[in-house]
Amino acid sequence: MKNILILGAGTAGTLIANKLRKRLSKREWSITIVDENKEHYYQPGFLFIPFGIYNQNDVIKPKAKFIPKGVDFIYSQIDKILPQENKVLIAEGKRELKYDFLIIATGTRIAPEETPGLLGELWHKDIFDFYTVEGAVALAERLKSFNGGKLVVNITELPFKCPVAPLEFIFLADTYFKKRGIRDKVELTLVTPLPGAFTKPIATKMLSGLMEEKNIKIVPDFNIAEVDNLNKKILDYEEKAVEFDILVTIPTNKGADMIERSSMGDDLNFVPTDKHTLQAVGHENIFVLGDAANLPTSKAGSVAHFAADFLEENLISAINGEPLKAKFDGHANCYIVTSYSKGTLIDFNYETEPLPGRYPYWIGPFGLLKDTRLNYFGKLFFKWMYWNLLLKGHHLPVTSHMSMCCKERPE
Amino acid sequence: MAQKEFAGHMVDVNEEGYFTNPQQWNKEIAAAIAKEEGLELSDKHYAIIEFLRNRFISGEALSIRSINKSGIVDVKEFYALFPGAPLKKSTKIAGIPKPSSCI
Repeated sequence: MKNILILGAGTAGTLIANKLRKRLSKREWSITIVDENKEHYYQPGFLFIPFGIYNQNDVIKPKAKFIPKGVDFIYSQIDKILPQENKVLIAEGKRELKYDFLIIATGTRIAPEETPGLLGELWHKDIFDFYTVEGAVALAERLKSFNGGKLVVNITELPFKCPVAPLEFIFLADTYFKKRGIRDKVELTLVTPLPGAFTKPIATKMLSGLMEEKNIKIVPDFNIAEVDNLNKKILDYEEKAVEFDILVTIPTNKGADMIERSSMGDDLNFVPTDKHTLQAVGHENIFVLGDAANLPTSKAGSVAHFAADFLEENLISAINGEPLKAKFDGHANCYIVTSYSKGTLIDFNYETEPLPGRYPYWIGPFGLLKDTRLNYFGKLFFKWMYWNLLLKGHHLPVTSHMSMCCKERPE
Repeated sequence: MAQKEFAGHMVDVNEEGYFTNPQQWNKEIAAAIAKEEGLELSDKHYAIIEFLRNRFISGEALSIRSINKSGIVDVKEFYALFPGAPLKKSTKIAGIPKPSSCI
Protein backbone atom coordinates (compact mmCIF):
# COMPACT_ATOMS: atom_id res chain seq x y z
CA MET A 1 0.00 0.00 0.00
CA LYS A 2 1.32 3.44 -0.94
CA ASN A 3 0.43 6.74 0.71
CA ILE A 4 -0.62 10.13 -0.49
CA LEU A 5 -0.55 12.71 2.27
CA ILE A 6 -2.41 16.01 1.93
CA LEU A 7 -1.63 18.83 4.36
CA GLY A 8 -4.54 21.24 4.82
CA ALA A 9 -8.27 20.55 4.38
CA GLY A 10 -9.36 23.93 3.05
CA THR A 11 -10.65 24.54 -0.46
CA ALA A 12 -7.53 23.17 -2.20
CA GLY A 13 -6.91 20.15 0.02
CA THR A 14 -10.55 19.04 0.14
CA LEU A 15 -10.96 19.39 -3.60
CA ILE A 16 -7.86 17.39 -4.48
CA ALA A 17 -8.70 14.69 -1.89
CA ASN A 18 -12.04 14.17 -3.65
CA LYS A 19 -10.48 14.08 -7.09
CA LEU A 20 -7.70 11.67 -6.16
CA ARG A 21 -9.95 9.27 -4.26
CA LYS A 22 -12.05 8.90 -7.43
CA ARG A 23 -8.97 8.49 -9.59
CA LEU A 24 -6.77 6.09 -7.62
CA SER A 25 -7.41 2.47 -6.69
CA LYS A 26 -8.30 1.99 -3.01
CA ARG A 27 -6.36 -1.24 -2.93
CA GLU A 28 -3.10 0.40 -4.00
CA TRP A 29 -3.33 3.88 -2.56
CA SER A 30 -4.26 5.20 0.84
CA ILE A 31 -5.02 8.93 1.09
CA THR A 32 -4.66 10.86 4.34
CA ILE A 33 -5.51 14.50 4.95
CA VAL A 34 -4.39 16.49 8.02
CA ASP A 35 -5.81 19.74 9.38
CA GLU A 36 -6.08 21.15 12.89
CA ASN A 37 -9.43 22.89 12.39
CA LYS A 38 -12.78 21.13 12.20
CA GLU A 39 -14.64 23.95 10.47
CA HIS A 40 -14.63 24.65 6.76
CA TYR A 41 -15.13 28.29 5.86
CA TYR A 42 -16.78 29.54 2.70
CA GLN A 43 -14.34 32.42 2.47
CA PRO A 44 -15.94 34.36 -0.42
CA GLY A 45 -18.89 34.82 1.98
CA PHE A 46 -16.83 36.71 4.59
CA LEU A 47 -17.20 39.86 2.51
CA PHE A 48 -20.97 39.94 3.07
CA ILE A 49 -20.88 39.53 6.87
CA PRO A 50 -19.92 43.14 7.79
CA PHE A 51 -23.02 44.39 5.97
CA GLY A 52 -25.42 41.88 7.53
CA ILE A 53 -26.09 40.16 4.19
CA TYR A 54 -24.65 36.87 5.50
CA ASN A 55 -24.07 35.70 9.05
CA GLN A 56 -21.71 33.07 10.45
CA ASN A 57 -24.09 30.22 9.69
CA ASP A 58 -23.86 30.96 5.98
CA VAL A 59 -20.13 30.43 5.85
CA ILE A 60 -19.28 27.57 8.24
CA LYS A 61 -19.81 23.82 7.81
CA PRO A 62 -17.92 20.84 9.26
CA LYS A 63 -14.87 19.92 7.19
CA ALA A 64 -15.58 16.22 7.64
CA LYS A 65 -18.76 16.55 5.59
CA PHE A 66 -16.70 17.21 2.45
CA ILE A 67 -13.99 14.58 2.87
CA PRO A 68 -14.95 11.48 0.90
CA LYS A 69 -15.12 7.93 2.23
CA GLY A 70 -11.81 6.19 1.83
CA VAL A 71 -9.78 9.22 2.90
CA ASP A 72 -8.40 9.25 6.46
CA PHE A 73 -8.93 12.59 8.15
CA ILE A 74 -6.55 13.38 11.00
CA TYR A 75 -7.31 16.44 13.13
CA SER A 76 -3.93 17.59 14.28
CA GLN A 77 -1.51 20.42 14.35
CA ILE A 78 1.20 19.95 11.69
CA ASP A 79 4.67 20.28 13.11
CA LYS A 80 6.96 20.03 10.09
CA ILE A 81 7.80 18.32 6.85
CA LEU A 82 11.01 16.28 6.64
CA PRO A 83 11.31 16.12 2.85
CA GLN A 84 14.59 14.14 2.84
CA GLU A 85 12.91 11.38 4.86
CA ASN A 86 9.52 11.51 3.11
CA LYS A 87 7.66 12.09 6.32
CA VAL A 88 5.69 14.70 8.21
CA LEU A 89 5.70 15.22 11.97
CA ILE A 90 2.34 16.08 13.55
CA ALA A 91 0.93 16.62 17.05
CA GLU A 92 3.89 18.67 18.28
CA GLY A 93 6.26 16.10 16.84
CA LYS A 94 4.80 13.18 18.75
CA ARG A 95 3.58 11.33 15.69
CA GLU A 96 4.97 10.82 12.21
CA LEU A 97 3.26 10.15 8.90
CA LYS A 98 5.15 8.62 5.97
CA TYR A 99 4.29 9.48 2.42
CA ASP A 100 5.11 8.46 -1.12
CA PHE A 101 3.65 11.69 -2.47
CA LEU A 102 2.90 14.85 -0.51
CA ILE A 103 0.49 17.64 -1.43
CA ILE A 104 0.92 20.91 0.46
CA ALA A 105 -2.36 22.85 0.67
CA THR A 106 -1.90 24.82 3.88
CA GLY A 107 -3.01 28.12 2.35
CA THR A 108 -2.29 31.60 3.61
CA ARG A 109 -3.21 33.48 6.75
CA ILE A 110 -3.33 37.13 7.71
CA ALA A 111 -0.36 38.30 9.76
CA PRO A 112 -1.38 41.60 11.38
CA GLU A 113 1.56 41.18 13.80
CA GLU A 114 3.87 42.19 10.92
CA THR A 115 2.73 45.84 11.07
CA PRO A 116 3.59 47.74 14.26
CA GLY A 117 0.50 49.07 16.00
CA LEU A 118 -2.02 47.07 14.01
CA LEU A 119 -2.74 44.72 16.92
CA GLY A 120 -2.83 47.65 19.34
CA GLU A 121 -5.66 48.77 21.58
CA LEU A 122 -7.96 49.59 18.64
CA TRP A 123 -7.83 46.05 17.20
CA HIS A 124 -11.41 44.84 16.72
CA LYS A 125 -12.64 48.11 18.28
CA ASP A 126 -11.95 50.55 15.45
CA ILE A 127 -9.52 48.45 13.40
CA PHE A 128 -10.82 45.31 11.69
CA ASP A 129 -9.95 42.66 9.15
CA PHE A 130 -12.62 40.82 7.21
CA TYR A 131 -10.47 37.77 6.34
CA THR A 132 -11.46 35.95 9.52
CA VAL A 133 -14.96 35.21 10.78
CA GLU A 134 -14.13 36.97 14.08
CA GLY A 135 -12.97 40.11 12.25
CA ALA A 136 -15.96 40.19 9.89
CA VAL A 137 -18.46 39.69 12.74
CA ALA A 138 -16.83 42.37 14.93
CA LEU A 139 -16.84 44.77 11.98
CA ALA A 140 -20.56 44.14 11.37
CA GLU A 141 -21.27 45.21 14.96
CA ARG A 142 -19.10 48.33 14.66
CA LEU A 143 -20.67 49.43 11.35
CA LYS A 144 -24.14 49.28 12.91
CA SER A 145 -23.21 52.00 15.39
CA PHE A 146 -21.18 54.09 12.92
CA ASN A 147 -23.02 57.26 12.02
CA GLY A 148 -20.42 59.10 9.97
CA GLY A 149 -16.72 59.82 9.63
CA LYS A 150 -13.72 58.41 7.84
CA LEU A 151 -13.75 54.77 6.80
CA VAL A 152 -10.36 53.76 5.43
CA VAL A 153 -9.59 50.48 3.66
CA ASN A 154 -5.85 49.76 3.65
CA ILE A 155 -3.92 47.11 1.73
CA THR A 156 -0.67 46.41 3.59
CA GLU A 157 1.34 44.67 0.90
CA LEU A 158 1.15 42.18 -1.94
CA PRO A 159 0.38 39.36 -2.41
CA PHE A 160 -2.90 39.01 -0.53
CA LYS A 161 -5.82 36.65 -0.84
CA CYS A 162 -8.62 37.53 -3.25
CA PRO A 163 -7.15 40.73 -4.73
CA VAL A 164 -10.54 42.18 -5.65
CA ALA A 165 -12.01 41.85 -2.12
CA PRO A 166 -10.90 45.30 -0.84
CA LEU A 167 -12.62 46.93 -3.82
CA GLU A 168 -15.74 44.84 -3.32
CA PHE A 169 -15.75 45.77 0.35
CA ILE A 170 -15.61 49.48 -0.38
CA PHE A 171 -18.29 49.24 -3.11
CA LEU A 172 -20.60 47.39 -0.70
CA ALA A 173 -19.87 49.96 2.01
CA ASP A 174 -21.00 52.66 -0.42
CA THR A 175 -24.35 50.90 -0.92
CA TYR A 176 -24.66 50.09 2.80
CA PHE A 177 -24.31 53.73 3.86
CA LYS A 178 -26.63 54.90 1.05
CA LYS A 179 -29.31 52.51 2.32
CA ARG A 180 -28.87 53.90 5.82
CA GLY A 181 -29.21 57.42 4.39
CA ILE A 182 -25.83 58.59 5.72
CA ARG A 183 -23.59 58.22 2.68
CA ASP A 184 -22.97 62.01 2.65
CA LYS A 185 -21.59 61.77 6.20
CA VAL A 186 -19.10 59.01 5.40
CA GLU A 187 -15.78 59.51 3.66
CA LEU A 188 -14.64 56.31 1.92
CA THR A 189 -10.94 55.98 1.07
CA LEU A 190 -8.85 53.15 -0.37
CA VAL A 191 -5.20 53.38 0.68
CA THR A 192 -3.03 51.06 -1.39
CA PRO A 193 0.62 50.31 -2.18
CA LEU A 194 -0.38 49.97 -5.84
CA PRO A 195 -0.22 52.91 -8.24
CA GLY A 196 -4.01 52.64 -8.80
CA ALA A 197 -7.17 50.72 -7.95
CA PHE A 198 -5.82 47.46 -9.39
CA THR A 199 -2.66 46.04 -10.88
CA LYS A 200 -3.53 45.53 -14.52
CA PRO A 201 -4.21 48.57 -16.74
CA ILE A 202 -7.49 47.70 -18.48
CA ALA A 203 -9.27 46.50 -15.33
CA THR A 204 -7.84 49.44 -13.36
CA LYS A 205 -9.40 51.87 -15.83
CA MET A 206 -12.84 50.28 -15.49
CA LEU A 207 -12.63 50.02 -11.69
CA SER A 208 -11.24 53.56 -11.23
CA GLY A 209 -14.23 54.83 -13.19
CA LEU A 210 -16.58 53.03 -10.81
CA MET A 211 -14.77 54.44 -7.79
CA GLU A 212 -15.06 57.96 -9.11
CA GLU A 213 -18.74 57.48 -9.86
CA LYS A 214 -19.29 56.34 -6.27
CA ASN A 215 -17.18 59.16 -4.78
CA ILE A 216 -14.58 56.82 -3.28
CA LYS A 217 -11.16 58.39 -2.78
CA ILE A 218 -7.90 56.62 -3.46
CA VAL A 219 -4.47 57.18 -1.91
CA PRO A 220 -2.01 55.24 -4.13
CA ASP A 221 1.68 54.30 -3.60
CA PHE A 222 1.24 54.09 0.17
CA ASN A 223 3.32 51.44 1.97
CA ILE A 224 2.11 51.30 5.55
CA ALA A 225 4.87 51.44 8.18
CA GLU A 226 2.80 51.65 11.36
CA VAL A 227 -0.52 52.48 12.98
CA ASP A 228 -0.78 55.37 15.42
CA ASN A 229 -3.56 54.14 17.74
CA LEU A 230 -3.62 57.31 19.82
CA ASN A 231 -4.21 59.74 16.96
CA LYS A 232 -6.02 57.18 14.76
CA LYS A 233 -3.69 57.50 11.80
CA ILE A 234 -1.82 55.16 9.51
CA LEU A 235 1.67 56.26 8.51
CA ASP A 236 3.80 55.19 5.58
CA TYR A 237 7.60 55.05 5.41
CA GLU A 238 7.86 58.66 4.28
CA GLU A 239 5.59 59.88 7.08
CA LYS A 240 2.60 60.35 4.81
CA ALA A 241 -0.41 59.98 7.13
CA VAL A 242 -4.06 59.06 6.61
CA GLU A 243 -6.58 59.59 9.43
CA PHE A 244 -9.37 57.12 10.12
CA ASP A 245 -12.37 56.60 12.35
CA ILE A 246 -12.67 53.00 11.24
CA LEU A 247 -9.73 51.21 9.63
CA VAL A 248 -10.42 48.07 7.62
CA THR A 249 -7.06 46.43 7.05
CA ILE A 250 -5.92 43.78 4.63
CA PRO A 251 -2.86 42.68 6.64
CA THR A 252 0.30 41.05 5.31
CA ASN A 253 -0.47 37.54 4.07
CA LYS A 254 1.87 34.69 4.97
CA GLY A 255 1.97 30.97 4.34
CA ALA A 256 1.63 28.55 7.26
CA ASP A 257 4.24 28.76 10.03
CA MET A 258 4.79 25.04 9.50
CA ILE A 259 6.39 25.90 6.13
CA GLU A 260 8.92 28.05 7.94
CA ARG A 261 9.62 25.31 10.49
CA SER A 262 10.26 22.97 7.54
CA SER A 263 12.58 25.55 5.90
CA MET A 264 10.61 25.19 2.68
CA GLY A 265 9.29 28.73 2.15
CA ASP A 266 10.26 32.13 0.78
CA ASP A 267 10.28 35.39 2.81
CA LEU A 268 6.54 35.08 3.36
CA ASN A 269 6.47 31.28 3.91
CA PHE A 270 5.07 30.53 0.46
CA VAL A 271 6.51 27.39 -1.14
CA PRO A 272 8.59 27.89 -4.30
CA THR A 273 6.58 25.99 -6.90
CA ASP A 274 6.96 25.36 -10.63
CA LYS A 275 4.25 27.60 -12.04
CA HIS A 276 3.28 25.16 -14.80
CA THR A 277 3.70 21.68 -13.28
CA LEU A 278 2.84 22.66 -9.64
CA GLN A 279 5.72 20.54 -8.33
CA ALA A 280 7.61 21.99 -5.36
CA VAL A 281 11.00 23.24 -6.58
CA GLY A 282 13.66 20.67 -5.75
CA HIS A 283 11.23 17.97 -4.56
CA GLU A 284 10.03 15.39 -7.09
CA ASN A 285 7.36 13.85 -4.89
CA ILE A 286 5.88 17.06 -3.46
CA PHE A 287 3.21 19.16 -5.14
CA VAL A 288 1.65 22.42 -3.98
CA LEU A 289 -1.96 23.49 -4.50
CA GLY A 290 -3.72 26.78 -3.79
CA ASP A 291 -2.54 29.79 -1.78
CA ALA A 292 0.41 27.93 -0.21
CA ALA A 293 2.31 28.09 -3.53
CA ASN A 294 4.31 31.14 -4.60
CA LEU A 295 2.69 31.18 -8.06
CA PRO A 296 2.60 34.56 -9.84
CA THR A 297 -1.19 34.61 -10.03
CA SER A 298 -4.02 35.43 -7.63
CA LYS A 299 -4.35 33.77 -4.25
CA ALA A 300 -7.94 32.64 -4.73
CA GLY A 301 -10.16 29.59 -4.64
CA SER A 302 -10.68 29.77 -8.40
CA VAL A 303 -6.95 29.29 -8.94
CA ALA A 304 -6.88 26.25 -6.63
CA HIS A 305 -9.87 24.87 -8.49
CA PHE A 306 -8.39 25.30 -11.97
CA ALA A 307 -4.91 24.19 -10.87
CA ALA A 308 -6.30 20.98 -9.30
CA ASP A 309 -6.96 19.43 -12.73
CA PHE A 310 -3.32 19.96 -13.72
CA LEU A 311 -1.97 18.76 -10.41
CA GLU A 312 -4.03 15.57 -10.69
CA GLU A 313 -2.65 14.82 -14.17
CA ASN A 314 0.94 15.53 -13.15
CA LEU A 315 0.69 13.46 -10.00
CA ILE A 316 -0.50 10.50 -12.05
CA SER A 317 2.42 11.02 -14.44
CA ALA A 318 4.83 11.19 -11.49
CA ILE A 319 3.37 7.96 -10.05
CA ASN A 320 3.93 6.27 -13.42
CA GLY A 321 7.45 7.68 -13.69
CA GLU A 322 6.53 9.73 -16.75
CA PRO A 323 7.39 13.38 -17.53
CA LEU A 324 4.96 15.99 -16.19
CA LYS A 325 3.01 17.10 -19.21
CA ALA A 326 0.07 19.12 -17.85
CA LYS A 327 0.89 22.84 -17.84
CA PHE A 328 -1.15 25.15 -15.64
CA ASP A 329 -1.62 28.60 -17.22
CA GLY A 330 -2.34 30.61 -14.05
CA HIS A 331 -6.06 30.81 -14.83
CA ALA A 332 -8.08 32.83 -12.30
CA ASN A 333 -11.59 34.10 -12.43
CA CYS A 334 -13.36 36.40 -9.98
CA TYR A 335 -16.72 37.99 -9.55
CA ILE A 336 -16.47 41.54 -8.27
CA VAL A 337 -19.61 42.81 -6.58
CA THR A 338 -20.03 46.53 -7.12
CA SER A 339 -23.21 47.18 -5.12
CA TYR A 340 -26.09 45.19 -3.55
CA SER A 341 -27.45 44.35 -6.98
CA LYS A 342 -24.67 44.50 -9.52
CA GLY A 343 -21.33 42.93 -10.21
CA THR A 344 -18.59 42.52 -12.75
CA LEU A 345 -16.41 39.56 -13.67
CA ILE A 346 -12.74 39.18 -14.53
CA ASP A 347 -11.00 36.19 -16.12
CA PHE A 348 -7.24 36.08 -16.68
CA ASN A 349 -4.01 34.04 -16.49
CA TYR A 350 -0.20 34.41 -16.26
CA GLU A 351 -0.05 36.00 -19.72
CA THR A 352 -3.39 37.67 -20.35
CA GLU A 353 -4.65 40.53 -18.21
CA PRO A 354 -8.41 40.83 -17.49
CA LEU A 355 -10.16 41.91 -20.68
CA PRO A 356 -13.70 43.06 -21.34
CA GLY A 357 -16.15 40.88 -23.28
CA ARG A 358 -18.48 38.04 -22.40
CA TYR A 359 -17.94 34.91 -20.32
CA PRO A 360 -19.76 32.01 -21.91
CA TYR A 361 -21.58 29.95 -19.32
CA TRP A 362 -24.65 27.77 -18.96
CA ILE A 363 -26.85 30.53 -17.48
CA GLY A 364 -24.80 33.38 -18.96
CA PRO A 365 -23.16 34.84 -20.77
CA PHE A 366 -21.80 36.97 -17.94
CA GLY A 367 -20.32 40.38 -18.77
CA LEU A 368 -16.55 40.65 -18.35
CA LEU A 369 -15.51 44.04 -16.92
CA LYS A 370 -19.13 45.12 -17.29
CA ASP A 371 -21.33 46.13 -14.40
CA THR A 372 -24.45 43.92 -14.60
CA ARG A 373 -27.19 42.45 -12.37
CA LEU A 374 -26.60 38.91 -13.65
CA ASN A 375 -22.99 38.99 -12.42
CA TYR A 376 -24.18 39.77 -8.89
CA PHE A 377 -26.53 36.82 -8.88
CA GLY A 378 -23.74 34.70 -10.31
CA LYS A 379 -21.73 35.49 -7.18
CA LEU A 380 -24.57 34.53 -4.83
CA PHE A 381 -25.34 31.36 -6.79
CA PHE A 382 -21.69 30.43 -6.56
CA LYS A 383 -22.10 29.68 -2.84
CA TRP A 384 -24.36 26.77 -3.72
CA MET A 385 -21.95 25.52 -6.37
CA TYR A 386 -19.06 25.77 -3.91
CA TRP A 387 -20.61 23.58 -1.21
CA ASN A 388 -22.35 21.15 -3.53
CA LEU A 389 -20.09 20.75 -6.54
CA LEU A 390 -16.69 22.37 -6.27
CA LEU A 391 -15.44 20.95 -2.96
CA LYS A 392 -16.58 17.48 -3.92
CA GLY A 393 -14.47 17.63 -7.05
CA HIS A 394 -17.44 17.50 -9.42
CA HIS A 395 -17.01 18.93 -12.86
CA LEU A 396 -18.08 22.57 -13.16
CA PRO A 397 -19.22 23.90 -16.51
CA VAL A 398 -16.10 26.03 -17.01
CA THR A 399 -12.77 25.22 -18.66
CA SER A 400 -9.59 24.90 -16.60
CA HIS A 401 -7.44 26.64 -19.20
CA MET A 402 -8.37 30.26 -19.77
CA SER A 403 -10.25 30.69 -23.04
CA MET A 404 -9.81 33.73 -25.30
CA CYS A 405 -13.36 33.19 -26.58
CA CYS A 406 -15.53 36.31 -26.51
CA LYS A 407 -12.84 38.57 -25.01
CA GLU A 408 -12.09 41.91 -26.63
CA ARG A 409 -8.90 43.90 -26.42
CA PRO A 410 -9.79 47.60 -26.26
CA GLU A 411 -7.98 50.00 -28.66
CA MET B 1 12.15 47.71 -28.35
CA ALA B 2 13.87 51.01 -27.60
CA GLN B 3 17.52 51.75 -26.99
CA LYS B 4 18.97 54.40 -24.78
CA GLU B 5 22.47 55.75 -24.25
CA PHE B 6 23.95 55.93 -20.75
CA ALA B 7 27.60 56.89 -20.09
CA GLY B 8 28.44 56.17 -23.73
CA HIS B 9 26.85 52.68 -23.80
CA MET B 10 23.74 51.79 -25.80
CA VAL B 11 21.35 49.61 -23.81
CA ASP B 12 18.01 47.97 -24.55
CA VAL B 13 15.14 49.34 -22.49
CA ASN B 14 11.39 48.92 -22.41
CA GLU B 15 8.83 51.71 -22.73
CA GLU B 16 9.23 52.61 -19.04
CA GLY B 17 13.01 52.79 -19.27
CA TYR B 18 13.77 49.48 -17.53
CA PHE B 19 16.56 47.25 -18.87
CA THR B 20 15.46 44.28 -20.90
CA ASN B 21 18.95 42.79 -20.76
CA PRO B 22 20.51 43.08 -17.28
CA GLN B 23 23.87 41.91 -18.73
CA GLN B 24 24.32 45.33 -20.36
CA TRP B 25 24.59 47.02 -16.99
CA ASN B 26 27.69 48.38 -15.26
CA LYS B 27 28.42 50.80 -12.43
CA GLU B 28 29.01 53.80 -14.71
CA ILE B 29 25.65 53.21 -16.34
CA ALA B 30 24.04 53.03 -12.90
CA ALA B 31 25.47 56.41 -12.01
CA ALA B 32 24.11 57.90 -15.25
CA ILE B 33 20.58 56.55 -14.66
CA ALA B 34 20.73 57.76 -11.07
CA LYS B 35 21.64 61.24 -12.28
CA GLU B 36 18.50 61.26 -14.46
CA GLU B 37 16.54 60.38 -11.31
CA GLY B 38 18.25 63.20 -9.43
CA LEU B 39 20.41 60.92 -7.27
CA GLU B 40 24.10 60.73 -6.53
CA LEU B 41 25.09 57.15 -5.69
CA SER B 42 26.91 56.41 -2.44
CA ASP B 43 28.51 53.12 -1.37
CA LYS B 44 25.27 52.25 0.40
CA HIS B 45 23.31 52.77 -2.81
CA TYR B 46 25.73 50.45 -4.64
CA ALA B 47 25.49 47.83 -1.91
CA ILE B 48 21.70 47.79 -2.24
CA ILE B 49 21.91 47.67 -6.01
CA GLU B 50 24.22 44.66 -5.77
CA PHE B 51 21.81 42.95 -3.36
CA LEU B 52 18.90 43.56 -5.74
CA ARG B 53 20.83 42.28 -8.76
CA ASN B 54 21.94 39.13 -6.95
CA ARG B 55 18.44 38.46 -5.76
CA PHE B 56 17.03 39.00 -9.24
CA ILE B 57 19.64 36.73 -10.83
CA SER B 58 18.89 33.93 -8.37
CA GLY B 59 15.21 34.22 -9.30
CA GLU B 60 13.92 35.46 -5.95
CA ALA B 61 11.05 37.91 -5.77
CA LEU B 62 11.81 41.53 -5.02
CA SER B 63 9.66 43.44 -2.62
CA ILE B 64 9.95 46.35 -0.24
CA ARG B 65 9.95 43.78 2.57
CA SER B 66 12.92 41.86 1.13
CA ILE B 67 15.13 44.91 1.79
CA ASN B 68 15.03 44.02 5.48
CA LYS B 69 16.89 40.83 4.57
CA SER B 70 19.68 42.72 2.82
CA GLY B 71 21.52 43.45 6.06
CA ILE B 72 22.36 46.84 4.53
CA VAL B 73 19.40 49.06 5.36
CA ASP B 74 15.89 48.76 6.75
CA VAL B 75 12.83 49.90 4.85
CA LYS B 76 12.88 53.40 6.29
CA GLU B 77 16.48 53.98 5.23
CA PHE B 78 15.67 52.47 1.83
CA TYR B 79 13.07 55.20 1.37
CA ALA B 80 15.60 57.83 2.46
CA LEU B 81 18.13 56.61 -0.13
CA PHE B 82 15.66 56.32 -3.03
CA PRO B 83 12.92 58.81 -2.14
CA GLY B 84 9.40 58.48 -3.49
CA ALA B 85 9.25 55.02 -4.99
CA PRO B 86 12.34 53.20 -3.70
CA LEU B 87 11.79 49.82 -5.34
CA LYS B 88 10.90 51.28 -8.73
CA LYS B 89 13.87 53.66 -8.69
CA SER B 90 16.43 51.22 -7.33
CA THR B 91 15.56 48.44 -9.79
CA LYS B 92 15.75 50.88 -12.69
CA ILE B 93 19.23 51.98 -11.57
CA ALA B 94 20.20 48.32 -10.97
CA GLY B 95 19.41 47.49 -14.60
CA ILE B 96 16.84 44.82 -13.79
CA PRO B 97 13.12 44.60 -14.67
CA LYS B 98 10.57 46.50 -12.62
CA PRO B 99 9.21 44.07 -10.02
CA SER B 100 5.84 42.98 -11.25
CA SER B 101 3.11 42.76 -8.69
CA CYS B 102 0.69 39.97 -9.36
CA ILE B 103 -3.00 40.44 -9.07
